[in-house]
Amino acid sequence: MSKKINITINGVVYEVDEGLTILEAAQSAGINIPTLCYHKDLCIAGNCRVCVVEIVGQKRLAASCATPCQENMEILTNTLNVRNSRKHIIELLLSEHNADCTKCYKNGNCELQELAAEYKIMSQDLIGLVPYKDYTIDMFSPSIIKDDSRCIRCQRCVRTCAELQGVNALTVAYKGDKMKIATFFENSMNDVVCTNCGQCVNHCPTGALIEKNYIEEVWEAISDPDKHVVIQTAPAVRVGLGEEMGFEPGERVTGKMVAALKNLGFDSVLDTDFTADLTIMEEGTELLTRLKKALVDKDKNVKLPMTTSCSPGWVKFIEHMFPEYLENVSTCKSPQQMFGALAKTYYAKARKLDPEKIVSVSVMPCTAKKFEASRPEMHDSGYRDVDIVLTTRELAIMIKQAGIDFRKLPDKKFDRLMGESSGAAVIFGATGGVMEAALRTAYELVTGREVPFEDLNIMPVRGMDGVREASVKIEKPLENWAFLDGVELKCAVAHGLVNAKKVMDAVKSKKADYHFIEIMACPGGCLGGGGQPIPTNPEIRAKRTQAIYAEDKNLPIRKSHENPEIIKIYKDFLGEPLGKKSHELLHTTYVGRNRY
Amino acid sequence: MDPTQELISSLADRYGRSRENLLPILQGVVQKEKYLSDYLMIEIARELDLPAAEVYGTATFYSFLEYKQMGTYIIRVCKTITCSMKGKNQILLAIQNMLKIGVGETTPDRKFSLLETNCLGWCHKAPAMLINDEVYTELTPEKVRGILTEYLKK
Amino acid sequence: MAITYNLKRADFIFRNENDWEKILNRTLQRDKQELINELISSELKGRGGAGFPTGLKWKLANEAVSDEKYVICNADEGEPGTFKDREILTKVPFKVMSAMAICGYIIGAKKGFIYLRGEYKYLQPDLEKIIAEFEYYCKEINFDFTINIFMGSGAYICGEETALFESMEGKRGEPRNKPPFPTNSGYMGKPTVINNVETLAHTYTIFKHGSKKFYDLGVQFSRGTKLFSVSGDTPKPGIYELELGMSLQDFVDEFGDGDTKAVQVGGASGFLVPRKRFGETAIGFKGKLTGISLPTGGSMMLFNSSRSMFNVLDNYLEFFREESCGQCTPCRVGCQQLHIGIKAVKQGAKPASYLDKLLKLTETMQYTAKCGLGQSVANSFSSIVENFREEMIY
Repeated sequence: MSKKINITINGVVYEVDEGLTILEAAQSAGINIPTLCYHKDLCIAGNCRVCVVEIVGQKRLAASCATPCQENMEILTNTLNVRNSRKHIIELLLSEHNADCTKCYKNGNCELQELAAEYKIMSQDLIGLVPYKDYTIDMFSPSIIKDDSRCIRCQRCVRTCAELQGVNALTVAYKGDKMKIATFFENSMNDVVCTNCGQCVNHCPTGALIEKNYIEEVWEAISDPDKHVVIQTAPAVRVGLGEEMGFEPGERVTGKMVAALKNLGFDSVLDTDFTADLTIMEEGTELLTRLKKALVDKDKNVKLPMTTSCSPGWVKFIEHMFPEYLENVSTCKSPQQMFGALAKTYYAKARKLDPEKIVSVSVMPCTAKKFEASRPEMHDSGYRDVDIVLTTRELAIMIKQAGIDFRKLPDKKFDRLMGESSGAAVIFGATGGVMEAALRTAYELVTGREVPFEDLNIMPVRGMDGVREASVKIEKPLENWAFLDGVELKCAVAHGLVNAKKVMDAVKSKKADYHFIEIMACPGGCLGGGGQPIPTNPEIRAKRTQAIYAEDKNLPIRKSHENPEIIKIYKDFLGEPLGKKSHELLHTTYVGRNRY
Repeated sequence: MDPTQELISSLADRYGRSRENLLPILQGVVQKEKYLSDYLMIEIARELDLPAAEVYGTATFYSFLEYKQMGTYIIRVCKTITCSMKGKNQILLAIQNMLKIGVGETTPDRKFSLLETNCLGWCHKAPAMLINDEVYTELTPEKVRGILTEYLKK
Repeated sequence: MAITYNLKRADFIFRNENDWEKILNRTLQRDKQELINELISSELKGRGGAGFPTGLKWKLANEAVSDEKYVICNADEGEPGTFKDREILTKVPFKVMSAMAICGYIIGAKKGFIYLRGEYKYLQPDLEKIIAEFEYYCKEINFDFTINIFMGSGAYICGEETALFESMEGKRGEPRNKPPFPTNSGYMGKPTVINNVETLAHTYTIFKHGSKKFYDLGVQFSRGTKLFSVSGDTPKPGIYELELGMSLQDFVDEFGDGDTKAVQVGGASGFLVPRKRFGETAIGFKGKLTGISLPTGGSMMLFNSSRSMFNVLDNYLEFFREESCGQCTPCRVGCQQLHIGIKAVKQGAKPASYLDKLLKLTETMQYTAKCGLGQSVANSFSSIVENFREEMIY
């Protein structure tokens, strides 16, 4: 138990834990203090100064986010001085900001705009500084647009990139009036060490960092009678989209989402979860094959541990940071890209469509998926496998533009083919989910029995710790897998690239001897992805996680290999996991990139 | 190893490879190379295993760690209050006329760069300027011409 | 109301005494608490401008519990109009180093640093030789203390103590949130005493001559002597050691050119005092002196009637606009607004009343900026605009 101290806020005495900041104390007392540079995911910066409060006896105001409470401190959060100061600071930020809100992508979801409205900044006395600045807009990345004219220099993006992701694509550069958020030598985000994860976008309070949006392209495709537009939806979208539509975090809106997509005019509404199940088949087989080569054939060239490959942020991260470990990455494409390759082959054939006329769209909780779809490796169907990638946020905009009353939509089901999925696929959206799904299938393939966890819930791989370890002992395997008898399969799960780095450093220094590692670039996994609704914070991630596991629990099929559409695609089209066709369509290669 | 990598590695040997050794290393490279190119910053990042953007962000904070191409002799004329009162502009004009470059520019032969700088701490002997690490005070246009003539001979 | 304290010259700091070894050795034999008490009773306050009681600082660092502590000499002398620290390090470096070692002894630090501004790089070679000599002596008397020079690279804000730590840690020189304060968590998160060059030199005087000698100089709340860097429109620019508490009139009588219109006390972050208030202004720390009392890092810039106060303010604001670290809103944007704002008024693009809006802005900066830089821009701005409003307008 931490020590309690007494403080007074606006004349009322509160007993609070020692070490709490004034902001935290006020929040727990239900007193709202405006913030901008503060974010629950990040360390304290104390640089925007909008959260200032008065401490009785001190001449200067204190930044409440950065000032710890002290015994008998008397705090005033709503004096004339406090209000005027905050208003002045908001005015200063606006004077440096391209406040052309109607032309801003974040119009209506901007923390600066909200504060300006709250403090009724009606006239702008101060001189606009925008014409004095050499502002640039970086549009070269397929995932992220960086518009310096909308930046308020709160440094949330810089802290996100460093503290959550360990990438440091963004930095604070120069000083004084020239101080700005920059990449290395102000190169394009496309040309620097950036994983396109979009966490900076998710943490940006204004429109300075936004996803590159492809909404108009999708509308055009939908309106084109010659095109057959298919859309696939990632597992995490269904537990996030509701927030954009006025639901509380944690509300599952799968059926409404499907209904909305059908309303929007997509020709076929399909599920990335189908290829998530397929990924488990391919990746699980790949893991077992690698284990066999290592344990039975004593093949020195086989690389273990094997890591997952579904997170394109993680893939680009390892390409930059640990290029010597690329052979450890599963060769499986991500579910999005497997889906894309199959849409223009398997699906086209079955539905008797000209693949040239298929527009393959995905909706993802992710900005890195936009980059992934643009990779030159991703043309195995003979076409660009995935044509357009939307984020959860972009989909929400489209639903609003279409005038759909989302809350009143009836639940609808995904179309077939490629619309059936298992609970194992759904949990891909949470950190640890791929691991759990893989173990459910691999254990059963090897032993013929269900994985020995109550109700198939592999609790050790769940949770929010940055790095989690688990091991599963294989006993009494089937004849084919006899070599695995008694083998303890060692697994690790990491989310947030800063944790990925920890795991890889442990692997590199031989401090860890894992067989299989699941890594998701974003905190919480895809449900906390860079393309998810803003805000995303620890509490919201926890609620989305609960929703994901509830979705899994409610599905009749909980294991990838039991998905009838999976059984069917192997029978009708692919043959067997890791077979020739799989190799052509479902597996890929990686490229080493610069670490510095 | 190319000579600049050798330079960086020897500086790192001397000062260490932790973050707190970054500034001395940047200074050492600037001392030798006059400015930090993207190539040099990447090599420093590699040597210290720091993100390149961090090196860039840190370097660009400090006025004396130039990141644009500079000449062999960097002239920094103090522009702060007392020097400004005591004829800084005449000094600048004398230099500009002689070297045919403006503030922020480098002569085509890459011998001189001309910059303005904030207080050099010689207010009692204003106006003042630095040429690399050498300080010159109580300047007059004639005196400046004399000084530059000497540098031109170097 | 006229101040009656007169200008008194003194000669402690630069008095060349070749007995530092004896003084150092003698002081290191004394009881730590006794030394702290000596320093406290001298009422020495920091000479960098902020005026924190030095004895208290050392006492707090002494009480802090840590395996490692540091002593840092702040030689990032960047305040416009200040050039005394360079002179101290050139003429009497042993006094400063001895003071650092004594501080190390008192607080339990074995490592000292001199953060030397990049603009003074030419001092480095000589200083390093002197440090070698100094360290050799420390070794001889079996006192474990080393001094390293850390070079700055051109950033005024690094004179702010927490920005200086950041800089020494290889980062951008951005001031930290306070608390924690340096005596608890300074360089590398360890308890650190950071003092201005001159402050350290004064502690040497106190340890040599005793606190009484120091305390008897100056006036109440502003004890001892102070180095003044005198520049601008004066027939005798230079560095002078004077007792604290003199009236500005006395100062101008001594250093003015007969036509002094105003004096900037404390550099660009200090105050401008117009002629009509010379008599009621005392140079010292804030306290119960009659009239206005001004803290100062020792920069005294004189302006005669040929100078335009608009140009003076323009110059200061350009300085702050460039030298702000840029992290906090009030300072980064505020400095730009003030600078562009006074020009807009001068050019007639904004009405004269806009100056009042800018004065309000400086109040906000004073209340909300993260560090002393942003907080003190108001000083020169308001004192110039209020006293020379007509010069700002047309």
